[in-house]
Amino acid sequence: MKKVVSNASEAVRDIQDGMTLMLGGFGLCGIPENCITALVNLGVKNLTCISNNAGVDDFGIGLMLKGRQVKKMISSYVGENAEFERQLLNGELEVELLPQGTLAERCRASGAGIPAFFTPAGYGTEVAEGKETREFDGKQYIMEKAFNSDYAIVKAWKGDTDGNLIFKATARNFNPMMAMAGKITIAEVEELVPAGDLDPNFIHTPGIFVNKIFQGVDYEKRIEQRTIR
Amino acid sequence: MLTKQQIAQRIARELKDGYYVNLGIGIPTLVANYVPEGINVTLQSENGLLGMGPFPTEEEIDADLINAGKQTVTTLPGSSFFDSATSFAMIRSGRVDLTVLGAMEVNDNGDIANWKIPGKMVKGMGGAMDLVASAKNIIVAMQHTNRDGESKLLKKLTLPVTGLGCVKKVVTDLCVMEVTERGFELKELAPGVSIDQVKTATEGRLIIEGEIPEIQF
Repeated sequence: MKKVVSNASEAVRDIQDGMTLMLGGFGLCGIPENCITALVNLGVKNLTCISNNAGVDDFGIGLMLKGRQVKKMISSYVGENAEFERQLLNGELEVELLPQGTLAERCRASGAGIPAFFTPAGYGTEVAEGKETREFDGKQYIMEKAFNSDYAIVKAWKGDTDGNLIFKATARNFNPMMAMAGKITIAEVEELVPAGDLDPNFIHTPGIFVNKIFQGVDYEKRIEQRTIR
Repeated sequence: MLTKQQIAQRIARELKDGYYVNLGIGIPTLVANYVPEGINVTLQSENGLLGMGPFPTEEEIDADLINAGKQTVTTLPGSSFFDSATSFAMIRSGRVDLTVLGAMEVNDNGDIANWKIPGKMVKGMGGAMDLVASAKNIIVAMQHTNRDGESKLLKKLTLPVTGLGCVKKVVTDLCVMEVTERGFELKELAPGVSIDQVKTATEGRLIIEGEIPEIQF
C-alpha cells in the first residue's frame, strides 16, 4: 500500500468535524508544524485534541485555538498559552488535565492493545475523581484507560517510504506512542528517503504503525526559552 | 534569609554520588549549578533526556534539544534520549533517586499543592503528579510565605493537592525542615533568621528540639 502523500493538505484532508486527534510534541519541540497549518486551513471544528501542551498564542495548537477549532484539550500542562487560559476560564473550552506520565501511558496503552492500567499518579487528587482505585502491595493506584483517537499526527526527523521513523533528540517525546495509537497515523518528516535507506537497527517507530507519510517544508522549529550559557 | 540561589545551594548538599535527579522548574533548576565537588549526578529531564548538560552556547543551540522547562540545553557524555512513556517508566519504577520541585503549599503531613489555583490559574500538573507519587525522596524548594506574608507551610492545604504524604524535606528562604509524623521538624536556620520568625511564618505543626544550627555558606 502506498503511504507517501505529497503534502500536509493531502494528509489531513479526510479529517472531519468532531474527531479526536493526537498531536505529538512537548512544548513546541517536535510538533507537526505542517499538519497544524493544514488543519487551520481545512477549518475543521469541534475537535478533541490530545497533546501534552496547547502551543503558544501564535504557534502550534495555539493557531487552532485561535480559530476556535478545538472543543476539548487533553493535556498535562497548558501554562504557556494566554488565549487557552482565557477560553478555559470563560467556559468556552473544555479541558482534561492529566499527569504527564499518565497521558503518555494512555497513548502507549492505546497503541499496545491494553485497555486500561493502574498508576499511582494522581491518587487522592482531582485526577482520581470518578476513577476506580485499587491497592497493590499496600500502595494505592487509580485505573486509567487507553485513549481512543481517530487520527494521530506526529513529527519525525527521518522517515522512509514504508513509514519507518527516526526521531531526533528530545523532539521524540510523545511522538512514538502517539504514532502507535492512531486509528490512522500521519507522519510528517524533515527528510523522506526510499525504503532501505534507513538502518533497521536505528528505527524508533516501525512502519506498520504509520498510514500516511510526507516530507514537510519550511520548519520554523520555534524555541520557547532560548537559554544560553 | 536565603536567596533563591542559596536555597538551591543548600539543596545541592543533599546530592550523593551516582544519584539520578529530576529538577523541577524555577529554583530547583538552579540546584544543578551547585553540585558539590567530587559528586557526580545524572540529571533526568522528563521530556526524554538523561544526562542533561548546561545551557548551550549560541552556536550549540538546537531547537530539538530542550529540557522540561522548554529551555535549550545540551547533553553530557553518556546521555540518552527516550520517549515520554519510557521517561515516566523510570520515574514510576523508582529509578530517580531525588526529585526537587517547587510548591505553592505544603502541609505538615507532607502533602503538596503546586498545579492549580481554582478560578484563577490553570497551568496543569505536567509531570509533578507522577513524580510525587513515585519518587523515593522529594525535597521542596519554596518561599516560606506568600506575597501577603501568609504561611505556605500549613496544617491543611487550601489548594488542590498534587500528591499525598510525599514531601520529605522543605528548604525555604527561612530554614530547612524535615517532614515527620509529628509535623515540620526545624533542622537548620538561615543566617540572621530567628526561631520566632520561623514560628510566626509556619502555620502547620512545628517541632523545635535542641540546638538549631545556622546554615553555613
